[in-house]
Amino acid sequence: MDLTPIYLTLKLAAITTLLLLVIGLPVAWWLSRGRSFFKIALEAIITMPLVLPPSVLGFYLLLAFSPQHGIGLWLQKTFDVQFVFSFKGLVLASIIYSMPFMIGPIKSALQQLPASLSQASYSLGKSRWQTFIKVLLPNIKPSLLTAIVLTFAHTLGEFGVVLMIGGNIPGVTRVASIAVYDSVEQMDYHTANVYSLVLFAITFVLVIAVFIFNKYQLKSPLE
Amino acid sequence: MISIDIEKKLKAYKGQHVLQIKQQFATGSITKIYGPSGAGKTTLLKTIAGFTEPERGKIIVNDAVWFDTETKVNLPPQNRMAGFVFQDYALFPNMTVQEHLAYATTDTEWIKRLLAIGKLGPFTTHKPEYLSGGQQQRLAILRALAIKPKLLLMDEPFSALDPDNKSALIEELKIIFRELGVTVLIVTHNPRELDGLTDLEIIVQ
Repeated sequence: MDLTPIYLTLKLAAITTLLLLVIGLPVAWWLSRGRSFFKIALEAIITMPLVLPPSVLGFYLLLAFSPQHGIGLWLQKTFDVQFVFSFKGLVLASIIYSMPFMIGPIKSALQQLPASLSQASYSLGKSRWQTFIKVLLPNIKPSLLTAIVLTFAHTLGEFGVVLMIGGNIPGVTRVASIAVYDSVEQMDYHTANVYSLVLFAITFVLVIAVFIFNKYQLKSPLE
Repeated sequence: MISIDIEKKLKAYKGQHVLQIKQQFATGSITKIYGPSGAGKTTLLKTIAGFTEPERGKIIVNDAVWFDTETKVNLPPQNRMAGFVFQDYALFPNMTVQEHLAYATTDTEWIKRLLAIGKLGPFTTHKPEYLSGGQQQRLAILRALAIKPKLLLMDEPFSALDPDNKSALIEELKIIFRELGVTVLIVTHNPRELDGLTDLEIIVQ
């Protein structure tokens, strides 16, 4: 049995989670501080993938990054980079699609911390960066872990958006969820079942690990 | 000398009211601030520390301008470094007693002395959730003192202490305040509290 789709899925989920952590932390911190129309608009855009059909998002990404015109053409000409029907495209689509799962829990957790924690740190002469790393981040650990696991698990289960932008190229863009669909189309239920079971097992272990960890932190993982 | 002349709008249940303070405090003096709830006592301290901005005014601390609406000076709290004891203590849940003080200063001798003053020596490895209310409050005071501030702002700093601990701590603090030459503003809800400690009292209405 070909395990490449499982490997590709795990690789995609790991890279997406890592990149989203780097992008998500500063964005969540910035969004958690005060309100402005621009922040509300940006938050709405980040949240859109939660409610938008994945195929719609995938369709627009396909149009945007098509090497025939627009940004896709420019990227192709300037950097020789092509996102459509490539693993890079899957990563880009996954980052956009899973962004609310990383940013949402972190932003909420930061907002729930009392303002006096940051103020106490500032009064000791500490910069915003020092305060974020030494005071804020350690005190949102359960939510941070929840965000990481939700992002990873959500990326494992992506289908519509990755199919639209990546297609079904074995060894390149054929991730496990697409392999399941493909196998069912070919009436190969055994293979579909194996891929499905592996995805189910990985996701279940991840989610249960978060619940156990957060139980010891005496907080609900969904807080 | 610390000179404060500010106007700050406060939100209240029935509209707004304006907190107006014009006062000078001699260097090294200890001032008690009291007044009814919602009068703006905490806001006054937070404005001086730089956590919130007044609509108009000037704050000058030992000849340094911290805030001035005319010249548009507004030092961030990090540059003011006023010691602040929060009413809710604002202790860092992830840090032990020792880590709280080490976060504020690298002077280990000073940390040892502070721990002795606050009687927190046996609890250095404890995180705030494992300290009593009184111990948490003492830690909040020690953390503010750890930076050896020139101005110390204390918001109801002794409310959780029993009478014995309170008077013992106040005696120790008097010595520390004198040593550091720190100017202290203490908000309290009880006008009789702190009699004998403070040199001046102001009422925020």
